[in-house]
Amino acid sequence: MYSEKVMDHFSNPRNVGEIEDASGVGEVGNAKCGDIMKIYLKIEDNIIKDVKFKTFGCGAAIATSSIATEMIKGRTVEEALELTNKAVVEALDGLPPAKIHCSVLAEEAVKAAIEDYMKKQGKEVESSVSAGIEPDEEACCSKCERKCH
Amino acid sequence: MDGIRGIYMDHAATTYTKREVLEEMLPFFTEYFGNPSSIHKFGRDVRKHVDTARERVAKALGADPSEIYFTAGGSEADNWAVKGTAYANKSKGNHIITTNIEHHALLHTCEYLEKEGFEVTYLPVDEYGLVSVEDVKNAITDKTILISIMYANNEIGTIQPIEEIGKLAREKGIYFHTDAVQAVGSVKIDVKEQNIDMLSLSAHKFYGPKGIGVLYVRKGVKLINFVHGGGQERGRRAGTENVPGIIGLGKAIELANENLEESSKRIMGLRDKLIKGLMDKIPYTRLNGHPVKRLPGNANFSFQYIEGESLLLNLDMKGIAGSSGSACTSGSLDPSHVLLAIGLSHEIAHGSLRLSLGAVNTEEDIDYVLEVLPEIVERLRQMSPLYEKVKGGNTNV
Ligand SMILES: Cc1ncc(COP(=O)(O)O)c(C=O)c1O
Ligand code: FES
Repeated sequence: MYSEKVMDHFSNPRNVGEIEDASGVGEVGNAKCGDIMKIYLKIEDNIIKDVKFKTFGCGAAIATSSIATEMIKGRTVEEALELTNKAVVEALDGLPPAKIHCSVLAEEAVKAAIEDYMKKQGKEVESSVSAGIEPDEEACCSKCERKCH
Repeated sequence: MDGIRGIYMDHAATTYTKREVLEEMLPFFTEYFGNPSSIHKFGRDVRKHVDTARERVAKALGADPSEIYFTAGGSEADNWAVKGTAYANKSKGNHIITTNIEHHALLHTCEYLEKEGFEVTYLPVDEYGLVSVEDVKNAITDKTILISIMYANNEIGTIQPIEEIGKLAREKGIYFHTDAVQAVGSVKIDVKEQNIDMLSLSAHKFYGPKGIGVLYVRKGVKLINFVHGGGQERGRRAGTENVPGIIGLGKAIELANENLEESSKRIMGLRDKLIKGLMDKIPYTRLNGHPVKRLPGNANFSFQYIEGESLLLNLDMKGIAGSSGSACTSGSLDPSHVLLAIGLSHEIAHGSLRLSLGAVNTEEDIDYVLEVLPEIVERLRQMSPLYEKVKGGNTNV
């Protein structure tokens, strides 16, 4: 049901952990739903020098967090803000329909961490989660009735 | 070997077909292919064996062969029992009593009947998954026509006080059906002693083939015919018989009953070792279901701070096959209705694991799981943002 790419990131997740003096931290999802993602960023000179994540969730949640951290590491803040859930899904060679919401969570987690960083910098942000792939409403979060945008 | 072994611990989902069972079935595809309804020798020879299978089932349940009806499995038997009694007895009443931990074959049938104007009481269960006989008694009204309560739960393994419920139902003159799909082959059943009016079973849970089951219907129970057509199953469930399936079911139930005590004892020993080992080794772990009133092969845990699917995938990579909730539940994202019914929070229900043991499992399998599983849980916890907050503590929940 999962692609090889997903299984690779699930079994050898990249960038697991915490950053103690993180420039920004973002946490999204909730335990009731079965997924929480937390992303830590170390930003210097507007560049994401380091990124770590912790995730409570299914295989897809772990894989999307892992690949999202890879995709933004070394990028500028602006580039990282452009990360879409669609790009995450493509980088993983696809996800089952019921798991698309995990890619949305990954995008949201990155954005939440950047927002936190901006706030600490005293900058205003109006980040919005990209439309990306329209997840199938029924498959997405029947448990928490969360709409995945 | 790179540490990978194939260890099957999902016997509650299905079992393999035992070789002796398969061997009895095979001639009925080729040599003995006749239609059991035919008058010629080809048909008569097959009919004899179908009758033998029916007798074997009757013997295993303490029933009469004329009370055994073959169906296409457990789901069909459940559907027939509940819809069949509901429609046949609607002049007497429209009320059905069941529990909120039944298999979907039962629950979805009840939901359907609610749309048809029937009223259904879904009794709650306690933290171990037990229904209270007192609650059953209090739920009875003068409109109650059926009590349907599962013998043993497929997820948490809890065994219900079937005999007492049967006695109560008989006293009140209400039909009593039990979904015994998980129980047959694992626990001793006697439909007469236990006052069971109807009982569902399915061969693929006790080393028989898939797609064949039985509804036992006590003589005198008013039930509508389920499949209209020819005269098979005394006209109540028409259609040319699944002969190889019936033969296989007959052999499988006979085998299961012959070895019932011995095999249950062996499997129970393995189960208890598994439960004790995991509870000792993994903190923040809860055993779901009843400590003793449970199926011999069932072990169900919740590991706090981690999620079940990632646990299953990791186990699968180590060659261990388990499940999280029932196989039917795994298609959806919702945590299992059974785990919620015994009072688990969504969060803890997400971290559940069912390991159901059976004939293929050995002492070494248990040792291997006890070695591998704690590491997997710890690795996932290290990755979990929920665990950060509690690290350090070391208590079972
Ligand atoms: C308790 C219970 N009832 C009914 C069924 C359905 O049986 P079958 O798969 O033969 O339709 C199952 C099997 O999953 C079960 O565990
Ligand atoms: S956010 Fe994942 S199920 Fe609701």
